[in-house]
Amino acid sequence: MTPQALWTAFSTIVIREVRRFTRIWPQTLLPPAVTMTLYFIIFGNLIGSRIGEMGGYDYMQFIVPGLIMMAVITNSYANVVSSFFSMKFQRSIEELLVSPVPNWTILSGYVAGGMARGLSIGLIVTVLSLAFTRLSIHNLPMVVVTVILTSALFSLGGFINAMLATKFDDISIVPTFVLTPLTYLGGVFYSIQLLPSFWQGVSMANPILYMVNGFRYGILGVSDVNPFVSLGMILVFIILLAVVALRMLARGKGIRH
Amino acid sequence: MTYALEIEGLTKNYGDGFQALKGIDLQVREGDFFALLGPNGAGKSTTLGIVSSLVNKTSGAVRVFGHDIDTDLSNAKLSLGVVPQEFNFNQFEKVVDIVTTQAGYYGIPLKAARVSAEKYLKKLGLWDKRDTPARMLSGGMKRRLMIARALVHEPKLLILDEPTAGVDIELRRSMWQFLEEMNRQGTTIILTTHYLEEAEALCRNIAIIDHGQIIRHTSKRELLQQLSVEAFVLDTEQALVEAPELPGFKACLGEDGALEVEVAKGQGLNALFLELESRGIRVLSMRTKANRLEELFVRMVEENAREARSAGEVKA
Repeated sequence: MTPQALWTAFSTIVIREVRRFTRIWPQTLLPPAVTMTLYFIIFGNLIGSRIGEMGGYDYMQFIVPGLIMMAVITNSYANVVSSFFSMKFQRSIEELLVSPVPNWTILSGYVAGGMARGLSIGLIVTVLSLAFTRLSIHNLPMVVVTVILTSALFSLGGFINAMLATKFDDISIVPTFVLTPLTYLGGVFYSIQLLPSFWQGVSMANPILYMVNGFRYGILGVSDVNPFVSLGMILVFIILLAVVALRMLARGKGIRH
Repeated sequence: MTYALEIEGLTKNYGDGFQALKGIDLQVREGDFFALLGPNGAGKSTTLGIVSSLVNKTSGAVRVFGHDIDTDLSNAKLSLGVVPQEFNFNQFEKVVDIVTTQAGYYGIPLKAARVSAEKYLKKLGLWDKRDTPARMLSGGMKRRLMIARALVHEPKLLILDEPTAGVDIELRRSMWQFLEEMNRQGTTIILTTHYLEEAEALCRNIAIIDHGQIIRHTSKRELLQQLSVEAFVLDTEQALVEAPELPGFKACLGEDGALEVEVAKGQGLNALFLELESRGIRVLSMRTKANRLEELFVRMVEENAREARSAGEVKA
């Protein structure tokens, strides 16, 4: 395929993905807006006012970057895992398999689709947070790069999950039992400096901690870890997962007999 | 000579050890209307699945208009349109979106994709339904939608796996006309079908596959010439309770009470009518039994099974 034809194929996949999540907006865009508003009201305002400061900021300001990141992570992942698995389930994945679209274009199309949803929701949650607190950006490039790379990483994760899944249960196992605990324990609601040193060490093995802190550094200028180490780790994970996903596509894992 | 499809030594072993294809060779000429026939589980869909990249082959070579699927897959896919047996589109998407999205996968920009989608949706009588979600369509419409989707990039080879399964007679006839028209305009067509009447009506060349092997690969004319007997259906003035004994002929009663008689080649019909006359049976009308190919097909598959059994016995 010519570069122009590849671009058409890529944008076709992305447009289809965007059309899908906007068509079913009550399932995709609305729930995170509602959930995050509840977080802001309950944890930020009601409980937060009694907690006082964390990391030198009031509690609401401290948790906003983490909550935005949490919404981006879960929605990027959820978009790709449910969309790609539905394609497998309905066999409409065959539309792509019979066409000349190369595997890397399929993968990047789905990842871009997941990022479109993750970042749209990140934006919605950010706008909502402005009703509760004032956000001043400490380092804009860091904010933008961290959120984009994190969204790409979890879209890749969702893609691999969908390739491996054989039934609908399989697409909720990782989000429920891996992603949610790692996010909650990834420093969204607290600074790990509050933890005993042993648990601080354990927390450092949680990749989501780096993303949340990298993003928080970009907004507030405070972080439990070096923000450039965070970026480096996200990049390494992206390369790793992209290689795994492409190898699965080449073998036709779960999509070709 | 240009071949639309060449298959050499194609094998497929599934993970559970089942050997679906045992080294098949097949050539389909450019411009042909070709039928791949075989009983359920014979390997038809596996063969077409490999050609259309939905199934990984174990060994062998496949070329679509000279493009090898191992070395030039992209061009092989560009030459090919596929209509699968099962509905495989997103049921929630609109008809026109399904077709234009497919065009996009082939690198056709949206503006041109819309033009092509309109052309084929109109040809297949679906233009009025363009904004309907696919799940709201009838079975026949869904099948036509898959044909429009397969044609949107104007492939030179169209593969259809059981295109008229579950489609009513009227629609089947209109689909036949459509496919014949496509073929006349130069599209090579390969189809698998359970309706042998369909293969007989449409196709020029035929391959019969059974137990993962091609057991016959010839022209329809040659195949039909192999029929040593021909069956006739006779409507009699008075309904028959049982089939009469007709020396030299095999007779039975059909489902609707009509008399069915097998006449060997060269035997002639005069003797048959003399026999009927002598029994006081008056014949009002007569026609050949339409599914000649079906008879031949059943016979060949049975023969193949018998040979396989006796080969097994010899080995044992």
